[in-house]
Amino acid sequence: MPVRVKIPTLMRSHVNGAAVVEASGDATLRDVLDDLDRRYPGLKGSIVADDGGLRRFVNLYVNDEDVRYLGALEAEVREGDTVSILPAVAGGSMRTR
Amino acid sequence: MSGFGGFSEEQVLRYSRHIILPKIGGEGQRKLLGAKVLLIGAGGLGSPAAMYLAAAGVGTLGLVDFDSVDLTNLQRQLLHDTDDVGRPKVDSAAERLAGINPDVDVVKHQVVLSSDNALDILGQYDVVVDGTDNFPVRYLVNDATQMLGKPLVYGSIFQFDGQATVFMPGSGTPCYRCLFPEPPPPGTVPSCAEGGVFGVLPGIIGSIQAVEAIKLITGVGEPLVGRLLLFDAMEMEFTTVNLRWDPTCPMCGEHPTVTELIDYDAFCGLAPTQVPAEAEHGVRTSVEP
Repeated sequence: MPVRVKIPTLMRSHVNGAAVVEASGDATLRDVLDDLDRRYPGLKGSIVADDGGLRRFVNLYVNDEDVRYLGALEAEVREGDTVSILPAVAGGSMRTR
Repeated sequence: MSGFGGFSEEQVLRYSRHIILPKIGGEGQRKLLGAKVLLIGAGGLGSPAAMYLAAAGVGTLGLVDFDSVDLTNLQRQLLHDTDDVGRPKVDSAAERLAGINPDVDVVKHQVVLSSDNALDILGQYDVVVDGTDNFPVRYLVNDATQMLGKPLVYGSIFQFDGQATVFMPGSGTPCYRCLFPEPPPPGTVPSCAEGGVFGVLPGIIGSIQAVEAIKLITGVGEPLVGRLLLFDAMEMEFTTVNLRWDPTCPMCGEHPTVTELIDYDAFCGLAPTQVPAEAEHGVRTSVEP
């Protein structure tokens, strides 16, 4: 059973509009992102900064847990797990300036 | 007028479905009537939140919005009518809410929220419901509610995705800065105006914010604290992820660096020249500024 990676609307342009993509598990989060990056160039760049760390404006979860508390990019991702990507979103409806 | 338990006869009827409801009852209804809730934004999220809170009999509803009704708002902002285009949103909203429930005292704050007025305005209320569309006000409202110790009901929408959670200061639970310590740099994240928003989406998320506000006021149920609700309209999927208090948080951490309110520069998203072409196909998040 592969890993499900849920792609937020904001990033679906990298994955041909898909809401969910699959990756191989029993690996680290870094491996999962590398695997995806080979098939969907640009996706990893929107999650991982140039210095190799997670971007501050994007949070990642393995199942329901924030990966910052699971070892960040070294977090273990097992077959069947779900990875969720959460970018900062401001939308509401009020213009303020 | 004859009444019951401190309610007028009309109130007994108006709120009867709450009064007979286990967990709300007469006591919960009295708490609602005595409560003061501030809505930041009388727009997409603020519309359903304000209308349900008014119908529920929240005694005082404050509305912060400096803007006027625009034709592009009406696809989702149910507080305003076609005839309201051009009028201040707080005016059309106050009329709608008075029509729903004359018990409610609507307080209009037709101002730009800033570091100068945020503590004064937010300080007058028990619960703050955030329905803004931009990062400077998100951070301002987060920081002000943390400083004031007021619960903040957060909601956010983009295209077909929505999020909601409750930040409860001083409870060892996270604030918005635990999630995103600083606003993204200008040019990295699009706004609704740029990316579009599915008109029903704020109806879902704003209604969830009303649910959480009522739970906080009445003290029933398990508030959406320490959990972020994610809604995907296209997949019709609700999921929650855990939010943790971050000891290194610049606002509520062990060594806070944010000790006064900050007016971040106004920005909403991608530089305008980049947007229209990309917006229809989804916008990249990490375009370097």
